[in-house]
Amino acid sequence: MSSQPEELQAALSRRYGAGFVTDIETDSLPPGLNEDTIHALSARKEEPEWMTEWRLAAYRHWLTMRQPNWAHIKLRPIDFQAISYYAAPKNKPKSLDEVDPKLLETYDKLGVPLHERAKLAGVAVDAVFDSVSVATTAREQLAKVGVIFCSMSEAVREHGELVRKYLGSVVPQGDNFFAALNSAVFSDGSFVFIPKGVRCPMELSTYFRINAGHTGQFERTLIIAEEDAVVSYLEGCTAPMRDDNQLHAAVVELVALERASIKYSTVQNWYPGDENGKGGIYNFVTKRGECRGDDSRITWTQVETGSAITWKYPSCVLRGDRSVGEFHSVALTHHYQQADTGTKMVHIGRDTKSKIVSKGISAGKSQNSYRGLVKVEKGAEGARNHTRCDSILIGKQCGSHTFPYMEIKNPTAIVEHEATTSKISDDQMFYCRSRGISEEDAVSLIVDGFCKQVFRELPMEFAVEAKKLLEVSLEGAIG
Amino acid sequence: MLKIENLHARIGAKEILKGLSLEVKPGEVHAIMGPNGAGKSTLGNVLAGRPGYEVTQGSVTFDGKNLLELEPEARAAAGVFLAFQYPVEIPGVNNTYFLRAALNAQHKVRGEQELDSMQFLKLVREKVKAMGMTPELLNRAVNEGFSGGEKKRNEVLQMALLEPRLAILDETDSGLDIDALKQVAAGVNALRAPQRAFLVITHYQRLLDYIVPDFVHVLADGRIVESGDAQLARELEAHGYAWVRERESAEASA
Ligand SMILES: Nc1ncnc2c1ncn2[C@@H]1O[C@H](COP(=O)(O)OP(=O)(O)OP(=O)(O)O)[C@@H](O)[C@H]1O
Ligand SMILES: [Mg+2]
Repeated sequence: MSSQPEELQAALSRRYGAGFVTDIETDSLPPGLNEDTIHALSARKEEPEWMTEWRLAAYRHWLTMRQPNWAHIKLRPIDFQAISYYAAPKNKPKSLDEVDPKLLETYDKLGVPLHERAKLAGVAVDAVFDSVSVATTAREQLAKVGVIFCSMSEAVREHGELVRKYLGSVVPQGDNFFAALNSAVFSDGSFVFIPKGVRCPMELSTYFRINAGHTGQFERTLIIAEEDAVVSYLEGCTAPMRDDNQLHAAVVELVALERASIKYSTVQNWYPGDENGKGGIYNFVTKRGECRGDDSRITWTQVETGSAITWKYPSCVLRGDRSVGEFHSVALTHHYQQADTGTKMVHIGRDTKSKIVSKGISAGKSQNSYRGLVKVEKGAEGARNHTRCDSILIGKQCGSHTFPYMEIKNPTAIVEHEATTSKISDDQMFYCRSRGISEEDAVSLIVDGFCKQVFRELPMEFAVEAKKLLEVSLEGAIG
Repeated sequence: MLKIENLHARIGAKEILKGLSLEVKPGEVHAIMGPNGAGKSTLGNVLAGRPGYEVTQGSVTFDGKNLLELEPEARAAAGVFLAFQYPVEIPGVNNTYFLRAALNAQHKVRGEQELDSMQFLKLVREKVKAMGMTPELLNRAVNEGFSGGEKKRNEVLQMALLEPRLAILDETDSGLDIDALKQVAAGVNALRAPQRAFLVITHYQRLLDYIVPDFVHVLADGRIVESGDAQLARELEAHGYAWVRERESAEASA
């Protein structure tokens, strides 16, 4: 019988549906990084001087830093001089009607139609192609209620004051090696501003696509929810299949003022490399939200199936009293993928609450680590945290690790941690199969059940997409 | 329909079935009784294709086909159903979703129309009602946190939905209260049909008062050591398995 655990590893083949390349003329900077690169980049983006200075300050700081060395990640050295820091489709569109049909086609193929006819109902989309945003939909409708949703480049030009006020206020330029690099060379990303008292009338989403070879993508996203504002935002990502590793180093900052609520969901499907571990995206991301106001709330939900290496800890700084931070994560690794992901919850305000649910799925020869920090500062009277980490192993050659860290400086804090590691049991497999369900479908079914708690947090349409993504990613996990 | 001849099966180095033969014709109900550890569940598992068992000798044909060379899911599609002695929990997987996935997987293999969620819901609600089950169990995860009796009823619900040609019930009666026992028996009886057969594994005569078998077999030490009609079950209830063993040795010395 073929479901013997020893044989689960056989015949690993995986379909990566987003692996195609769009043949389009690009305007790019030659590889290399120095102050001239930053001046050139800033000029290309027609940025105000303060922005250029801000970048240069970050760059100078970055030069003093060293690339971190992580225990559970095997990484080929990155040559930062071999990367091009800017690539953009040559013909810059003024409006959606002018967007190159090849680009529209690309997003169609990826399941994110941009043109008016086929747009996703109830969702506004910002499409970022290599270093620039190529289109943002539903802008007028959003503008009516005062919501600003545009590319970061545009925000720097058009909403300079807001950007200047909040950029780097959650993730400072020198926060860490990759955040500093991003601050120096960030290309594009989304800017969202929800004014006081506004409940954003639709889901906002950004779709990131790396197309050009030898290019890094340094996305920068900033979301601000003023008092009582509510917003739900989703990002999706893909890249072509290439033999070399490409770097994606993003910074995302969220600011929630009094009673505001931000829900940030990610479905990450960067090219993970092939079954021999060749190629794939290096995904080094700094995501942090600050519950700046009392009674505010930030929820991170992520479904991570892509990238050769993922290093990512969406975090919440719970500054406001009674503020709430949540982190719900599904991270799936297969073949030679390595993921080191988790969260940091920093309790500063009184009666702050945080909740962490992490589900790790490892298959093939992959390594999947959860790393989480719960920090309770002295003044955080009555802080509470509940952490639950479950991992499931498919086969015998993969690894799953849990690294919970706690720093508790207030004796009234209640911090709970639960962790489980399991395998898809032979009993469960046989039970499904004896009912007529094939091995592959049984694995998806069981994994889907394992992730239910997290999928529930995703907006409906994306929950369906996330589920499909897991199915595709697990193809061939059972031989 | 089902023909088992001289079946030997082992798990690891341990031989459990030691030359078991049994023939089941369409429409028949066979009860299998026997002491703990005799190999009853093993028989059910081998028939359903559970990985880990090695058949060393003998054959099993189902509708003239070699059953042993089919994957478990193919056996299910061919009409073999095993109600587990210990049903398995699948956390987070909605029971209704699971049932539909199973039914549609079988339909697909057989080239039959798959049911959409509305059609399926209608069907499953009817079956739940007929089973006297609480519909709430449909919205829970598969067997997760179900009581022992609820798990058993869920197995019978699956059987009623999947409408197998050969249903193997492994101690489906154990853990049931009296009312549930009657309902489960009624569920089985409702499915009795000229083209469908049952292998009912049980320790208790009581079940056989409700599901009256055509044949009763005693399985001991990996073999069928005694076969008879419903009367045999009553005698077993009165005398215990020692009585069978004595009769056996008496026959042997005669
Ligand atoms: N995985 C296994 N490894 C080793 N021995 C096993 C395994 N599974 C079953 N056995 C042994 O095989 C024998 C038959 O088991 P089986 O479950 O078929 O008995 P049974 O007749 O169903 O008993 P019961 O009436 O208690 O359910 C027992 O001695 C049991 O311990
Ligand atoms: Mg048994």
